[in-house]
Amino acid sequence: MNMPRISHFAVALILGAVIARAQTPAGEASRGKDLYDKKYLCSACHGFSGQNGVGARLVPMKLTQAGFMAYVRHPHDTPTGMPPYTAKVMPDQELADIYAYIKSLPDSVKKAKDIPVLNDILNNQK
Amino acid sequence: MASSSKKTNSVGRRGFLRGAAAGAAALAAKPPEAANAQPPQQNVIANATATTPTQAALNVDVGNGRPIPGINGIALSPGSDYMVDVLKQFDFEYVVANPGTSFAGLHESLINYNNNTNPEFLTACHEESAVSMAHGYAKIEGKPMLVLLHADVGIQHASMAIFNAYADRVPIYMIAGNWGHAVQAHNAQDMALMIRDMIKWDDEPRSLAGFADAAQKAYTIAMMPPMGPTLLVVDEDLQEMTNKEVNLRVPKFKPIQPPSGDLGSVREAAKLLVNAENPVIITGRSARTANGMTLLVELAELLQAPVSGGDRMNFPLTHPLSGLGIPGAQADVTLALEVNNAPLSRNGGRTINISSTILSVKNNYQDVGDRYAAADIDMAADAEATLPALIEECRKLVTSDRKRAFEERGKKLAEAHRQAKLKDIELAAIGWDASPVSLNRLYGELWPFIKNEDWSMVSWDGFMGGWPRRLWACDKHYHYIGAQGAGGMGYGAGAAVGAALANKKHGRISINVQTDGDLNYAPAVLWTAAHHKAPLLTIMHNNRAYHQEVMRLQRQATSMNRGADRIHIGTKLWNPEIDYASIAKGYGMYAEGPISDPKDLAAAYKRGIERVKNGEPALIDVVTQPR
Ligand SMILES: Cc1ncc(C[n+]2csc(CCOP(=O)(O)OP(=O)(O)O)c2C)c(N)n1
Repeated sequence: MNMPRISHFAVALILGAVIARAQTPAGEASRGKDLYDKKYLCSACHGFSGQNGVGARLVPMKLTQAGFMAYVRHPHDTPTGMPPYTAKVMPDQELADIYAYIKSLPDSVKKAKDIPVLNDILNNQK
Repeated sequence: MASSSKKTNSVGRRGFLRGAAAGAAALAAKPPEAANAQPPQQNVIANATATTPTQAALNVDVGNGRPIPGINGIALSPGSDYMVDVLKQFDFEYVVANPGTSFAGLHESLINYNNNTNPEFLTACHEESAVSMAHGYAKIEGKPMLVLLHADVGIQHASMAIFNAYADRVPIYMIAGNWGHAVQAHNAQDMALMIRDMIKWDDEPRSLAGFADAAQKAYTIAMMPPMGPTLLVVDEDLQEMTNKEVNLRVPKFKPIQPPSGDLGSVREAAKLLVNAENPVIITGRSARTANGMTLLVELAELLQAPVSGGDRMNFPLTHPLSGLGIPGAQADVTLALEVNNAPLSRNGGRTINISSTILSVKNNYQDVGDRYAAADIDMAADAEATLPALIEECRKLVTSDRKRAFEERGKKLAEAHRQAKLKDIELAAIGWDASPVSLNRLYGELWPFIKNEDWSMVSWDGFMGGWPRRLWACDKHYHYIGAQGAGGMGYGAGAAVGAALANKKHGRISINVQTDGDLNYAPAVLWTAAHHKAPLLTIMHNNRAYHQEVMRLQRQATSMNRGADRIHIGTKLWNPEIDYASIAKGYGMYAEGPISDPKDLAAAYKRGIERVKNGEPALIDVVTQPR
């Protein structure tokens, strides 16, 4: 079969649009932190600041809330290794809280040249 | 006997036993209860005075209830002295053990008859630590430590570490006592049986002459590629009784050279490599010694071929030819050097496999043996021993045309290497300020403190993004020693201490980034490091979890649609959080932490490195991102 390849972002956006109409509860970052860090251990693969680990970098978060929720529910078709979390095991409200928390995380990334230690290592490559 | 002067000394120094024997005799003279009375001990000196205890206590005092061997309780020239004379030829720097009566004869001969030098005795608090230490040591020194194991119980504790060493192709020279008089359950009809699947060879010699023969064989087999652990089982009496064997000499030991590939195959391989458009070299455990790296550099430069693979140092990672090669280019010839499972060529490329693994195969453990994949040219030989001939044959075939082509290729490879390095350094900036500390920062911040030292990374970086190899200038064989071998956790802390003790005489400082789960299997090896003054900086990668299993269980639970809210059960090391600095201090080591703010790292590293440079271990507990 010659199916066009759709990126997981595109899938997430399409699904997100569908779900968006049905439910996108407002999330609360303070609740989301505990869920992210401890209850669901999102931190296991994405790091406590959403930047380090075997999972994808989460900051800056480019997905809309609806897109994010759609992706977490249906990550199967992507090659990322992210397991699915259904509404049964992670209610919409909690997922929205997690999204709000990720959005609240600092998202600036330094350049190696702005970090003296790394700049030194960088200079040795030149 | 090796030398008559030693014989005399051995009698003299055993004089100290007289006192003990005399005391024992006195105790034996007054059994506490008539009903339990037993005949006085034989072969002990009479006429000493003392009062007291139970027959059981007395038995232990005089050597577990057995008669003291020799005349008046004094063994003349015990078998264990001769055994030490034999073992001396192998130039062991250290002997490591957790003590046990079954090798008390050897233990005593090593510290008194041999004066505790070459080998020097290292006290291990667990046999897993003892063998792990020998494992780490061998990866730096390229030769084994002597390990003494207390009978079947010592072997059982050691077994995990033995399996790691076996899978990692590392020589470990082990001696276990048997047929002791203390605890019957410690004796075994076939002592080696329980680990025979994971050692290369074992023997239980019946005589001292037999010991000499077996000892040499055990060393030769351990060191012959594929290297691995060997075990001698030695009767307690053979160690302790007076040596009465006549014409006993210490036979001269001569090492046997590992096999090199046959010249016909080497020439065929050279032809393929020189004529290839995109040859690649993949390494597994090809550098047995530092020279193995030098030889591989020579071959790679001659061919201008990229070198990748291998979890320990086989090739300098700073070299422009280090890497996967030109992006998008398909390899037309792959040279695999000591790669366990030699890669089958993809896209019709040809493969050359030089591997010793086929020379010693056991059929139980699946990932350890050679899962044999036929190559176009296959040599059952040691790669390091084969490289000189291969270089020579390649050199003969390089024409000026080929040389020009190689130079062009070399430029592209150097650029690919540079780009890959730059990318890694840029990636290291991500999460630089994160708290808990990111692993890229944990390693990056350390570099300024070691870059002008002679340093050695003595831990595995597999659960840490491979950052030291991505950021640090790794170009010596001791800059990185790789993984467990069989993936058995608990290896890390012991291997680091053993490697640090190997590095010590070279004036190197050793760095161990230590995962918390691994340390908790046998943490008392920290005491061994303190006791023997290992110049080792241990930095905890304290993610407060068996994190690999957190991620595994998370996947399992979500694929069952049962949620991830309980996966901390059985996987997390929290409630209470473990205080590693206190543990290390308790074992007598300088320690700091826990540190969660990355801004505190540099000052702590500085203090830790100072300690290590002064010849002692130090531990810094860093609370980290999970991965
Ligand atoms: C002897 C042994 N027991 C259990 C395991 C399963 N296991 C694999 S990784 C791992 C976690 C080890 O924890 P740690 O050393 O702290 O590393 P982390 O995964 O947290 O980075 C465990 C328990 C193993 N490989 N070996």
